[in-house]
Amino acid sequence: MKLKLISAAIAALVAASPAMADLTFSSLSYRTGPYAANGIPFADGYADYFTLLNERDGGIGGEQVNLVECETGYNTEKGVECFESTKGTGALVYQPLSTGITYQLIPKATADNIPMHTMGYGRTSAKNGKVFSHIFNYPANYWDGASVAIKHLLDINDGDISGKKVALVYHNSAYGKEPIRTLEELSKKHGYDLTLLPVDHPGQEQKSQWLQIRRERPDYVIMYGWGVMNQVAIQEAVNIRFPMENFIGIWWSGSENDVKPAGEAANGYKSLTFHNVGSDYPVYEDIQEFVVDEGKAAGAGDQIGTVLYNRGLYAAMLAAEAAKTAQQIHGTSAITPAMMRDGMEKLEMTEGKMTALGMPNFGPSFNVSCENHGGDGYAAVLQWDAKAGEWNMITDYMQADQDVLTPLIDDDSESYAKENNLTPGCN
Amino acid sequence: MPTQLLFGTEVLLNGLMAGVLYALVALGFVLIYKASGIFNYAQGVMALFAALTLVGFMDGQVPFSHLINAVLGTDIHHFGWHINGFVSIILTMGMMIVLAYCVQRFVFRHLIGQEPIILFMATIGLAYFMEGFGDLMWGSDIKKLDVGLPQGGSFWIEENTQWLGFGNENFFGFFIDKLDIVATVIAAILVIVLVLFSQYTKQGRAMRAVADDHQAALSVGVSLNFIWVMVWSVAGFVALVAGIMWGAKSGVQFSLSLIALKALPVLMLGGFTSIPGAIVGGLIIGVGEKLFEFTVGPLVGGATENWFAYVLALLFLVFRPQGLFGEKIIERV
Repeated sequence: MKLKLISAAIAALVAASPAMADLTFSSLSYRTGPYAANGIPFADGYADYFTLLNERDGGIGGEQVNLVECETGYNTEKGVECFESTKGTGALVYQPLSTGITYQLIPKATADNIPMHTMGYGRTSAKNGKVFSHIFNYPANYWDGASVAIKHLLDINDGDISGKKVALVYHNSAYGKEPIRTLEELSKKHGYDLTLLPVDHPGQEQKSQWLQIRRERPDYVIMYGWGVMNQVAIQEAVNIRFPMENFIGIWWSGSENDVKPAGEAANGYKSLTFHNVGSDYPVYEDIQEFVVDEGKAAGAGDQIGTVLYNRGLYAAMLAAEAAKTAQQIHGTSAITPAMMRDGMEKLEMTEGKMTALGMPNFGPSFNVSCENHGGDGYAAVLQWDAKAGEWNMITDYMQADQDVLTPLIDDDSESYAKENNLTPGCN
Repeated sequence: MPTQLLFGTEVLLNGLMAGVLYALVALGFVLIYKASGIFNYAQGVMALFAALTLVGFMDGQVPFSHLINAVLGTDIHHFGWHINGFVSIILTMGMMIVLAYCVQRFVFRHLIGQEPIILFMATIGLAYFMEGFGDLMWGSDIKKLDVGLPQGGSFWIEENTQWLGFGNENFFGFFIDKLDIVATVIAAILVIVLVLFSQYTKQGRAMRAVADDHQAALSVGVSLNFIWVMVWSVAGFVALVAGIMWGAKSGVQFSLSLIALKALPVLMLGGFTSIPGAIVGGLIIGVGEKLFEFTVGPLVGGATENWFAYVLALLFLVFRPQGLFGEKIIERV
C-alpha cells in the first residue's frame, strides 16, 4: 500500500511538472531588494529576447527555449542557492549578474561542467581560458573598462595626460577595487597622478570623498560604483560643481537610474559601455510585434530601450549565438551544457552577424578562443543628455591597452591556477 | 589660518550636518522604543515607504498599477495630474497614520505582553512586508524627489568664507550643502515640536506616562492602543522627514531602507530612550567619522566611516551601556 501511495505521488508530481523544454537557460535575476531598479531591466531584456526567438523563429535551431528565472535579490548566498536548485534543469549557461556570486560559482560551475558568462563583471582574469575553462567574460571586463577610460582621457587631451590628476571613486568591495592595479600600471605608463577614494557600502553618505575631491581638484574622476552609490556620487559631484564631462563611470554606473535623480544637473556625465543604447534597431520592431503586442513582454514591459534592458538583450543574444555555434559544432540541436561551453569558446561575433540579427553596430565584433575567453576588450563612451533624457554614444568602440592588461591577466590567472592546483592548458 | 586647519573646520561643519541627518533617522527609533519598548527594525523601511508614497502622490501615480494591469489587462500608470509637494506631504502623513493604525491593530495588539525579542522579530517581518508592499504599490524604479528643497553648495558661504584663507589659492571657502542646512533647520524644529508636544499636551503627557510604566498608565485611564497608534504615527512622520531629506540626495529607491544602518551607532551612543540623545549621538557620530576619515583615513586606505561609527558605539556599550542620555538599567534580584 505504502509503495502504491509513493508511486502515485511520484506519478502525480511528474504529471504536474511542466514539460521540459529542449534548451534551458537560467536567469539569476534580482527583481526585489535595494538593487531591483537595476535588476529588473536586465532580466526583462534577457527574457524578452528568448521569447522573441521562441515566437518568431520557433526557438534556437528548432528547439524551444525554456527560461528558468531564479530570484537572488543580489545576495551571494541566494545566488549560490539558485545555482544549486536550477542546475538540475539542464541550464546551458549561467549569468550570475553579481561579482560576489560569480566568485562563489567559479569552482562549482567548473566542477559541474556548466559554463558561466560574466559579461562586464566577475573575475577579470577569467579571460584566460587556459585556467578558467568554464568562465567567459566577453566582450569586455573591468580592467578593459579602466583602460578605455584612460584611453578616452588621452584622446581628449591630444594623447598626453602626464601631470593630470585622476581620482578613482570606488565601491569599497572586491568589485570596486578591481580597476586599481590597472589604473596604477597605466599611471606609470602615462604619467598621471592617481588618487584612490573608497566609498563604504552602500554609499549613501559620500561627503568625505567629495570634500576631498573639492580640496584636491582632480582633473578627472572615474567611478566604479553600484546602486545608490552612483546616484549619490553624481549628486555630490553636482553639489561641488565638478564638471560633469570630466566624470566617467564604468558601465555599472551608467544607466538612466543613475543620472535621473540629479535632474538636468547631470547633463554631460559620461559612462563606459560595451553595447549600444536606444531602441532604434530592427530587432526592437520584432520585439514589439512578437513579444509586446502579443502580451508576452517580461515584467511590466516598461523597460524596453533602457541601457540595462539593452544589456540583458545583448547578453541573451550572445547566449543564443553561442548555442547556435554549439549546435553547429556538435551537429545536434539538443545541446548539453558541455556542448554550450564549446559553442561559447568558438563564438565569433561579426558586424555582419549582428546586422542579420537586427542589431547593427549593437556591440563590438570579437572572437572567443580557448586562450581568450574575454574577447578583444572593446568599449565606448556614452554621454548623458539630460534634456533629451537619453544616452548618446560619443566615441567608437576603443580597444583596451592589451600590452598592459595581458601581463596582469596572466599573472592573476596563474596565481589562481597555483592556489587551486590547476594545470593551465587547452584541449 | 593654516590650510589643514581650514579643511578640518570644513570637515567638522559637514560632519555636524551629516550628524543631523543620522539623528533624523535615529529619532524614529527612539520614539517607538521609548513608548513601547519595541526596537523598530522597520524604521528604515518606513522612511522608504513614506518617500515612495510622497513621490507617488506628487506624480499622480496609480497605486498597484502593475498588479491592476496584470489582472485586468489594462495599461494605466498615472492619473494624469500632479499634486503639489505640501498637499502630498499632508496626504502621505495621512497614509502613515493609516499604516500606524494597521500595524497596531493587526500586529502589535496581538503581541502585548510578549518578550522584547518577539516584538523585535515582528518588526523584522513588518520591514519585509512593507518593502514588498511598497514595491507592489509604487514600483521599484528610482524616482526623483523634488519638493522644492535647495541643493548644492552655498555660493554665499563659499564667497564669504574665502577670506579665511588669506589669499591661499588652495582654499575656496567653506563648502556647505544647502540641503544640509535645510535639514538642520527642519530637524531643530522637529525636536522642539516633539519636546513641546510631549511636555505640554495631554496626549504627550499620556505618551510619557506609557513610556514610564504602561500598566500604571492603563490604570489611570490612558488608552494604550491610542497612544501606540499615535507614537507609530509620529514615528511615521519622522520617517517621512528622513525619507525626504535622504531621498532628495539619492532619489527615492529601495536602498533608502538601509539608512537604518546609520542610525544604529547613533542609538548606541545617545541611548535608545532619549530624544536629545539621538541628536547629540548623531552629531558626535557625524563629526567623529568625518574627522577620523580626514585625519586617519588617508593613512589606512580610507572608507573608515562606518568602521569608526560602530567602534565608537561599541566603546560606549562597554563603558556606558545605556548610552549618553539613556536611562540607567537597574535590575534588583
